Amino acid sequence: MRIQVVLQQLASGMLRSLWIFILTLVFSLPLGLIVSFGRMSKNVVLRTIVKIYISIMRGTPLMLQLLVVYFGPYYLFGMSIGGNYRFTAIIIGFSVNYAAYFAEIYRSGIESMPAGQYEAAQLLGYSKSSTFFRIILPQVMKRILPSITNEVITLVKDTSLAFSLAYAEMFTIAKQIAASQTSFVPFIAAGVFYYIFNLVVALIMERIEKSMSYYR
Amino acid sequence: MKILEMNHIQKSFGDLEVLKDISLSVEDGEILSIIGPSGSGKSTLLRCAAMLENVNGGEVIYMGKKASWADETGRHMIKGEDAVKVRQIFGLVFQNFNLFPHYTVLKNITEAPILNQHRNKEEVYAQARELLRKIGLSDKENAYPYQLSGGQQQRAAIARALALNPKVLFFDEPTSALDPEITGEVLKVIKSLASLHIAMVIVTHEMAFARDISDRILFMDKGIIALEGSPDEVFHADHQRMKEFLGKFSR
Repeated sequence: MRIQVVLQQLASGMLRSLWIFILTLVFSLPLGLIVSFGRMSKNVVLRTIVKIYISIMRGTPLMLQLLVVYFGPYYLFGMSIGGNYRFTAIIIGFSVNYAAYFAEIYRSGIESMPAGQYEAAQLLGYSKSSTFFRIILPQVMKRILPSITNEVITLVKDTSLAFSLAYAEMFTIAKQIAASQTSFVPFIAAGVFYYIFNLVVALIMERIEKSMSYYR
Repeated sequence: MKILEMNHIQKSFGDLEVLKDISLSVEDGEILSIIGPSGSGKSTLLRCAAMLENVNGGEVIYMGKKASWADETGRHMIKGEDAVKVRQIFGLVFQNFNLFPHYTVLKNITEAPILNQHRNKEEVYAQARELLRKIGLSDKENAYPYQLSGGQQQRAAIARALALNPKVLFFDEPTSALDPEITGEVLKVIKSLASLHIAMVIVTHEMAFARDISDRILFMDKGIIALEGSPDEVFHADHQRMKEFLGKFSR
């Protein structure tokens, strides 16, 4: 097999990895914020449930979670799981897992905000929601951006875990080619792809960080 | 007319009784200073007045309307539309400024009147620039708080509070976080506000300032008002605790 063909196949796998990456961020970033509210809720029941959820998400392998999301509906409820469900299960599994990590990052940021900012906003007549969205959240985002970057870069590499549901993302394809050609080259090529992917991600995150550096 | 009335205010944090039956009132345009040793409850009193703390006993009344009180059923604070109206009566200048770091000086001042009081943008900007001129920060309207000195930040915070046109402005040790060298510029600005004819309640450790600016002075000690009167009466009173307190300052 010529190297161009290998690269072409890897690139199509890369596109699938990219979709997992993008959709996971689109769902998990807002979901994480909602989960962090639950984690900080005054309601003990809600807080405890969310705490257990985060603990399980962080305490068990993502690969296992993907398997549970994919096969769970069949084993638990006897529902038939069609081929279309595979990708959905991957996105659900990744989003629910990453939301837990993001929730803890949001919480650390929100709890690190000085009480004075809330008090000043209250004195100036800001409503609870405009206090959060105009005063608190922008400052929280700036504080937590380095931690978010860490998670986002991990996610790029974690997309390879979709192979556990036999989804043909980049790493799965690299493995298949490597096995059929008894060559290690596809793995090296995949490694280079991941690295470039993350380089771009790191550059984008750096840009965002810079765009927030106009104040301290 | 009475802007603020506080009747028999009690406030405890756990077992610690910080305010023990305090009553005071503030007239329209009156300047009242609260002095006293650290831990006497001055700031807590101000925070209860500004509705940042609820009270364990007594009532806080703004222009005849009960705003924060405690009775047999518990501690209460006014809610809903009435609360919005009552909270517009007062403003507060914090010890550590609490400017919004991600906003320019101008936005710090203008956002609340436009967003929360639904006032006309042009009018608010004009007022903000006039305020900036008055406090000597005209050239800083596009600066961010971190680019300002402590004294400039506190002056900007004063402008921010004034832009909402409060009837009474509270100052919680406005110069305590500042170098002695730049304390003067903030005190000068506060003095210049006297001509605006809004009431001011100032918690301060600046004795000379309190004596010069105040219509009335309260001396607080251990959670009660130990002494009250005109600056002359208070500073020349034959009062043991007051003398001890002043003695510490002149040393």
